[in-house]
Amino acid sequence: MRRSCALLLLSVFLLGASAAWAEEAAEPADEPAEEAKPREPKPDLFDSGKLLGTGGVTQLEGAAGGGLVPWAVITGYGTRDAIGASAHYTYITLSDFQIQSGGVALGLFDRVELSATHQEFNTQQTGAKLGFGKGYTFDQDIYGAKVRLLGDAVYDQDSLLPQIAAGLQYKVNDRGAQLRAIGAKHDRGVDYYLSATKVFLGQSLLLNVTLRETKANQYGILGFGGDRHDTYQLQYEGSAAFFVTREAAVGAEYRTKPNNLSAANEGNAFDVFLAYFFNKNLSATLAYLDLGDIATQKNQRGAYFSLQVGF
Amino acid sequence: MIASLRILLLAALLAAAGPWIHGAAADDELYRSFGGRDVITKIVDDATDRWVADERIKDTFDNINLVRFKRLLTDQICELTGGPFQYKGRNMYESHKGLHLNQKEFNALVEGLQEAMDKYKIPFWTQNRLIVLLAPMERDIVTR
Repeated sequence: MRRSCALLLLSVFLLGASAAWAEEAAEPADEPAEEAKPREPKPDLFDSGKLLGTGGVTQLEGAAGGGLVPWAVITGYGTRDAIGASAHYTYITLSDFQIQSGGVALGLFDRVELSATHQEFNTQQTGAKLGFGKGYTFDQDIYGAKVRLLGDAVYDQDSLLPQIAAGLQYKVNDRGAQLRAIGAKHDRGVDYYLSATKVFLGQSLLLNVTLRETKANQYGILGFGGDRHDTYQLQYEGSAAFFVTREAAVGAEYRTKPNNLSAANEGNAFDVFLAYFFNKNLSATLAYLDLGDIATQKNQRGAYFSLQVGF
Repeated sequence: MIASLRILLLAALLAAAGPWIHGAAADDELYRSFGGRDVITKIVDDATDRWVADERIKDTFDNINLVRFKRLLTDQICELTGGPFQYKGRNMYESHKGLHLNQKEFNALVEGLQEAMDKYKIPFWTQNRLIVLLAPMERDIVTR
């Protein structure tokens, strides 16, 4: 009994040894299989570890995205182990108006994005026509939050699943009385959106679709709700960007908007853009915009300049 | 019936889109676009030199036989791009798990490879077609 046990053990040992030898034999004799030395990565809370361009630029309301449309990406260059941040300044000059915005955004562990943006809409000559005075401005503050729900726009190149994020934008306009005078129902409101972003790397292409529930008139610049509608309406937004080089992308965006005010027809927005990533700390975006009718003025077209710094 | 037809159609569409999405090497077109094994060998040499000099990841190459590493990686890229070679090393999870790589470190590898491909004048779009094949490995390689 003891002997058969010993035999069994011996044969098991021999089997194991021959299997190990067979594995060794697969490696050429001059190259022993090596084990990488076990290590731990050094923690780096501000790692700027994402690939160039993968945090997008900053859209009109302060979220990471294109120029007009929020994307599912998280701002800055922090990976899932780190914190990233960005600050932007955007200047838009239209046929009859001027819009400026500036803000900051924080990306937490490539999961959550928090942003705060201040926007100023200058009515220029039209201000006098509307009875507010020339150069009258409407200002709004926009506080945004976005959470990446699933998928990875960049790494999941073997599946069609996009990166999907949900977000909200709480907007507070500073001109309550004047907004009511033009028919708006509220001076503040919340937009809710769902974004799906996918990089088709083999084609050097990024596609994004965003669905937004909103009551905003002209992004909130002209308040929320109106005499025509004072309910949430679903809006459709899309972006396509083609990476020409690692640093430069050209693209186009489209964004539908509600039309709540009978006194001021509102159209959809469109842009074509060129974004250039100098490095992970600086990017610039140039665009041609067609924002449609705004505050009684038709066909508001013009130029968009945006600078973004961050890490 | 109509519903199942629709599902079938959708599945067929997705299946047809598959190769388009990840640019899988059905032939050796991508391999030839890179200039074959000669150029891939040079790119791997150059990328490896960058990695072992990169403060972010140089310590992951301690203990590594670089000659063997370069040959295995060259085999792997040749195979991935449709060339007549076979990668015979361990799978990506097994060969990296001890390193506890994080995403920053994985991206540092991508950046070094991109710079090497730039040096050997691989067009940006061609570079991306290789990165497409490497990107999903992030799931196996990054374990932190």
